[in-house]
Amino acid sequence: MKIAVCLKQVPDTEAEIKWDIPKGALSRDGMDSITNPFDEFALEEALLTKENYDGEIVAISMGPEGAKDVLRNALALTVDQVALCTDDAFAGSDTYSTASVLAAAIKKVGDVDVVFTGKQSTDGNTGVVGAELAAILGFSPLTQVSKVRSIDAAGKKIVVERAVEGGTEVVEAKLPAVVSVIKGINEPRLPNLMGIRKASKIDIPQWSAGDLGVDAGKVGVAGASTKVVEIAVPPPRGAGEILKGELEEIANTITDKLIDLKVIK
Amino acid sequence: MANDVWVYIEHKDGAIAPMSFELLGIGKQLADGFGSSVSAFVIGDKVDDLAKEAGAYGAAKVYAVEGDVFKTFRGEAYAKAAAFLLDKYKPEIALFRATVMGTDVAAAAAAQLGFGLCTDTIGLAVDGGKAKMTRAAFGGNYTVSVVNEKAAPQIATVRPKAFAMPEKDASKSAEVVKESFALADADLSTQVVEFIKSATSVNLVEADIIVSGGRGLGNEGGFEIVKQLADLLGGAVGASRAAVDSEWIPYEHQVGQTGKTVKPKIYIACGISGAIQHLAGMRTSDCIVAINKDPDAPIFKAATFGIVGDYKEVVPKMIEKFKSKLGR
Ligand SMILES: Cc1cc2nc3c(=O)[nH]c(=O)nc-3n(C[C@H](O)[C@H](O)[C@H](O)COP(=O)(O)OP(=O)(O)OC[C@H]3O[C@@H](n4cnc5c(N)ncnc54)[C@H](O)[C@@H]3O)c2cc1C
Ligand SMILES: Cc1cc2nc3c(=O)[nH]c(=O)nc-3n(C[C@H](O)[C@H](O)[C@H](O)COP(=O)(O)OP(=O)(O)OC[C@H]3O[C@@H](n4cnc5c(N)ncnc54)[C@H](O)[C@@H]3O)c2cc1C
Repeated sequence: MKIAVCLKQVPDTEAEIKWDIPKGALSRDGMDSITNPFDEFALEEALLTKENYDGEIVAISMGPEGAKDVLRNALALTVDQVALCTDDAFAGSDTYSTASVLAAAIKKVGDVDVVFTGKQSTDGNTGVVGAELAAILGFSPLTQVSKVRSIDAAGKKIVVERAVEGGTEVVEAKLPAVVSVIKGINEPRLPNLMGIRKASKIDIPQWSAGDLGVDAGKVGVAGASTKVVEIAVPPPRGAGEILKGELEEIANTITDKLIDLKVIK
Repeated sequence: MANDVWVYIEHKDGAIAPMSFELLGIGKQLADGFGSSVSAFVIGDKVDDLAKEAGAYGAAKVYAVEGDVFKTFRGEAYAKAAAFLLDKYKPEIALFRATVMGTDVAAAAAAQLGFGLCTDTIGLAVDGGKAKMTRAAFGGNYTVSVVNEKAAPQIATVRPKAFAMPEKDASKSAEVVKESFALADADLSTQVVEFIKSATSVNLVEADIIVSGGRGLGNEGGFEIVKQLADLLGGAVGASRAAVDSEWIPYEHQVGQTGKTVKPKIYIACGISGAIQHLAGMRTSDCIVAINKDPDAPIFKAATFGIVGDYKEVVPKMIEKFKSKLGR
């Protein structure tokens, strides 16, 4: 079975965000970066799938050169192959362009049975790249997956559980499929020292728009339909009131105040 | 009309998700800005009742695709029908709810047609003849505004509770335009084989009242007290990641950057320190009550009302007071 996993590099949550408004994109230079936390679950699910059903894993990332780090981390966890989709033309991509580039990479890999993605990134956090990828590739769309029950590569079938409003949906789908996993589907493992040392020596292949057969005018800033025009820090909440006094008095005050809001039915 | 505003009607078991009406309210405002009108679109096996409701909440027209294959919700099938309608009529913007169901349809339809997509929108306005959409990013620490610079339609998913609910006017009705779109089971690659209803039925995103617990609860048993208060007020139970990671409560209850984003009218945080990743998920709640024994806990900076104390004493006392005041 051929397994692909999409890994995005994102700024560390604590990092200060630098924004390039004319370009409508994030300036990622000099920012502390990490693997998107949700993608660690996607990677772990790919590793488990390989262990349970046999197969090989290719990890794909689109981003600047620095995004090699997330692929190196994946190599340290013994994925078989990696590819970094990188090209100046990709900068400023919207979700559709991102999904198009990733789709082209998956086609280039060829014969992929299942693609794992995270639920969403912690920077753009649109949470739609998985679904868009499935639509572009014509693969079965499986979002919000909380459990992979079984994969039958020969019979081209996968059964998963999805966390949806009000419960769990069990879905049977044809392969190939794009599976977007939620947090908690597994316990991501950490790489060991030997893995890290080995991975540091591996050359990371880079795929440009040309290599992928992607029209540079249709991706990145040039191709994006949506453009970020403004970035703002939401106004701080007004300073709150600390209720003082004896417990009895505080409990009286707070319950009065909440009842006065007329929200409790 | 070409610059019409469309609202996708999400429904389940024959009932419209109330927040679809909310979209008709903001949809109308946008349409006024464009000098156009607001229409609804709906996909299902029988849509007449749904169309009627949409009319009463302000839709001028309702575009519909009907068919047996749409009897139960299936993102893949609904998205194909939605894409068909959007491609045929090309409205200026189409609004969906930012729920799992709404997002599945919106994302797949947008990708099928190569349309621009803005997700989890919290602000919508007309600016220079274009829709300007505002959304939270970087875990809610920033907001960004995006515009569509290319051809319409623009697709947007809108965060539940971001906009006010319009008034219902049963005397109003919409013109229903039914389109035929042939789709068979054989054309689809996914099939829902079972639905397991959640025992705890958490609908945090739509709850008006949420009582949340964090690591400060000390143990799993702490959630019993939190749940008592939530039940008494008809609210839902939320949690911090630390509480979820401690396995005191399932992940579906997690509020925050890597959990759910909520905007209840009342959010009561018990034993939660107020890390930015937690605040990211609840800072826009109308009224925040924080109960924490550490007077320096950052949660107090975001709270409308703060109570410094042990939740084991404060919460039961609140329960006692509520019971007597509400007569429950
Ligand atoms: C603040 C901000 C706001 C934005 N707003 C919009 C907007 O409204 N509309 C819009 O179209 N675009 C928007 N973008 C651009 C969008 O975030 C990027 O196109 C991004 O590359 C993909 O979207 P995402 O990060 O939201 O991914 P998500 O859809 O949240 O990611 C889901 C999964 O897809 C995979 N994935 C996503 N990106 C990559 C990648 N580069 N490499 C490998 N795997 C990947 C990962 O597995 C990830 O877990 C915004 C970006 C930022 C920074
Ligand atoms: C990438 C990333 C994503 C994250 N996503 C999320 C997320 O989605 N949601 C989330 O919540 N966190 C998230 N976190 C974790 C976050 O940073 C915090 O670690 C977490 O929110 C802390 O949970 P807590 O407030 O329950 O625990 P703590 O920070 O340990 O706080 C416990 C609080 O309880 C108080 N307390 C102790 N005993 C009592 C008592 N008896 N009565 C009253 N108060 C008491 C203490 O004073 C303290 O303030 C994320 C972190 C990262 C790095």
